[in-house]
Amino acid sequence: MYKIILKQKLAPKIHLLKIKEPILAKKSQPGQFVVLKIDEEGERIPLNIADWDENEGSIDVVFFEKGATTLKLALLNEGDSIVSLAGPLGLPTQIEKFGHVVCIAAGVAAGFIIPIAKAMKQKGNKVTSLIWQKNKKMVFWENRLAGASDRLIIATEDGSYGQKGPAPMILKKMLENGDTIDRINVMGPGPMLKACSDITSPYGIKTIVSLHSIMIDGIGMCGSCRVSVGGKTKFACVDGPDFDGHQVDWKLFSARNNIYKNEEKIAVEQHFS
Amino acid sequence: MEKINLNRVPMPKQKPKTRIKNFDEVALGYNSQQSKNEADRCIQCPNPTCIEGCPVEINIPGFIKAIKDDDMPEALKILKEKNSLPGICGRVCPQEVQCEEKCVFSKKGAPIAIGRLERYVADWEQEHLKSSGQSFIKLKPTGKRVAVVGAGPAGLTVSADLAKLGHQVTIFEALHTPGGVLTYGIPNFRLPKNIVNSEIDYVKSLGVQIELDSVVGKKMTIDELLDNNFQAVFLGVGAGLPMFLNIPGENLNGVYSANEFLTRANLMKAYKFPDYYTPIKIGKRIAVIGGGNVAMDSARTAIRLGSDEVSIVYRRSEVEMPARQEEIENAKEEGIKFRFLTNPKKFLGDEKYWLKGMECNKMKLGKPDKSGRRRPITISDSEFIMHVDIAVVALGTTPNPLIAASDKDLEFTKKGTIIADEKTGKTTKPGVWAGGDIASGSATVISAMGAGQRAAKSIHDYLMSSD
Repeated sequence: MYKIILKQKLAPKIHLLKIKEPILAKKSQPGQFVVLKIDEEGERIPLNIADWDENEGSIDVVFFEKGATTLKLALLNEGDSIVSLAGPLGLPTQIEKFGHVVCIAAGVAAGFIIPIAKAMKQKGNKVTSLIWQKNKKMVFWENRLAGASDRLIIATEDGSYGQKGPAPMILKKMLENGDTIDRINVMGPGPMLKACSDITSPYGIKTIVSLHSIMIDGIGMCGSCRVSVGGKTKFACVDGPDFDGHQVDWKLFSARNNIYKNEEKIAVEQHFS
Repeated sequence: MEKINLNRVPMPKQKPKTRIKNFDEVALGYNSQQSKNEADRCIQCPNPTCIEGCPVEINIPGFIKAIKDDDMPEALKILKEKNSLPGICGRVCPQEVQCEEKCVFSKKGAPIAIGRLERYVADWEQEHLKSSGQSFIKLKPTGKRVAVVGAGPAGLTVSADLAKLGHQVTIFEALHTPGGVLTYGIPNFRLPKNIVNSEIDYVKSLGVQIELDSVVGKKMTIDELLDNNFQAVFLGVGAGLPMFLNIPGENLNGVYSANEFLTRANLMKAYKFPDYYTPIKIGKRIAVIGGGNVAMDSARTAIRLGSDEVSIVYRRSEVEMPARQEEIENAKEEGIKFRFLTNPKKFLGDEKYWLKGMECNKMKLGKPDKSGRRRPITISDSEFIMHVDIAVVALGTTPNPLIAASDKDLEFTKKGTIIADEKTGKTTKPGVWAGGDIASGSATVISAMGAGQRAAKSIHDYLMSSD
């Protein structure tokens, strides 16, 4: 059992859970994830590791309430426990001195792009973080993000805070204005990962996307998370989750991530209505 | 001279019409009279050949004689001397190519039903005794610590054997439940999970600790285990990555690996969705590609989940199928269709990337290949389309790469299996042993257990000769 030692609501439907796990606290690296299971009936889902604290022996996960499992996770409180937590899984994000690195995240991903921005900055990169949220209410961890970056741009869909407009458009403007960008790391929903990759493709800027595929074991056993990258089948859990965004078959990625859409509705109705 | 009795006592089974609507065990097991009748057929050969056929060398005539003599505790003791998981082996071992094949009655087509008797003894223990390690005289604790990676058949066996010798064993298991393939792979109707759980409880009762959610290669490395006061490490991590056909359309929605299909159904209990949260897609028509036990398990799971039409698609003919005859018969009884000499060439999808069908070739058989089976040859211009909405690819697995990626000293074959001595399980890295599918490639539960047993002997010698 793994104990939840802190729970915080960061924004509407976005929560932070701090979970006790001393070995993960020691071993986690930027870009990695855990697979967790709440209880006997629960499914195994992957969640990115947002932070870790070796002294406290804990890791942070942030998540958005969407399916039955994240809805249930949101009902847990401090002092509650979950039955399974495995990690740190996936290959860590490649952190090197590239020059100017832009870290782009939308929605809940703003929480777990921080370790990447931080590590990139520590390596001597100039880091711009570009965060896109629906509206002002959804903006969270602004200070943390600012601390992890040299420059922080926040944009909202409705313009209620920061710049207006979707992140890919802002990225496009940066490039058109002649900003030199050496590398881009993007986290968030598939369509945004694709849009950013499409924009950088003519410029030849390496664009690393973190793919959130459907997983069960997270250790390469089942193949549920397979994606096509550069015409080759890869397993997001062991070969990723980071891939070259210019090589990903996005149509396939989007189709595979919608396999259980109906079942997700059924499970939500069964347990939450 | 005893009269030779060639009437093998048949195994009572759930009727096909009933059993395709549940996940309960198909084979019901002998009752006491049936087991006595079957045991009585054994002529107790002075030089028994059956033992040679057993990868863990159970004293087979010995435990059968104890059944005859109505001394069940003795039968159990003899079994457990060599086999820590008899309830599992009695159910899933391919006895027909092991002990039973070597039985002197085998030539006459009626070998003693050794597997069924083994199961009877194990189930008797379930019913009459609490599974416990107390019946074993434990040697004095040696103070030596062994880390076992993977709680599957190899890992459980090596752990039990070492614990009985007084060593302190900790198993590191990647998943949230121990058992490996016994838990995530083999369905309940062939191997009930209460049997698996009680065998695992038995191993625990010997003092073995099991650490779950522990992905060695990620959470900890082999070197960290060796540095952390474990004097020896055994790797029984199994075969990890599912193999696919490498044909177009393989990533379409609706194409599953057998590993995924069975993991969803068994480990995650998707057959209880939505009470259990893990979903599974069934479809009206399912094709399972492959001819092994995993293919039979997948097809029989699909029919129980309510699919209208389930077909096994296999590129050779029935005689070359690697699945156990018993499982093929069970599948046939349950209404699974068999399409032999058929090989998928391409998966066909709709505009939303959902599987709609498979383009297949007809095959014919040529000369035997390296496996000794006749090689399938594509018949030109034989393409035809099978309409299916789910396909399950059951072609086997390749070794899990996590260990290889996290350790520099171990050596691997071209296929990715760990190089380990066949007799001892010793790898090229000092203090590290390996056995089961990770060393041998995809094989059986019992061969993994045999490897575990041999490794335990070698680890014991190593521990006792070093300080």
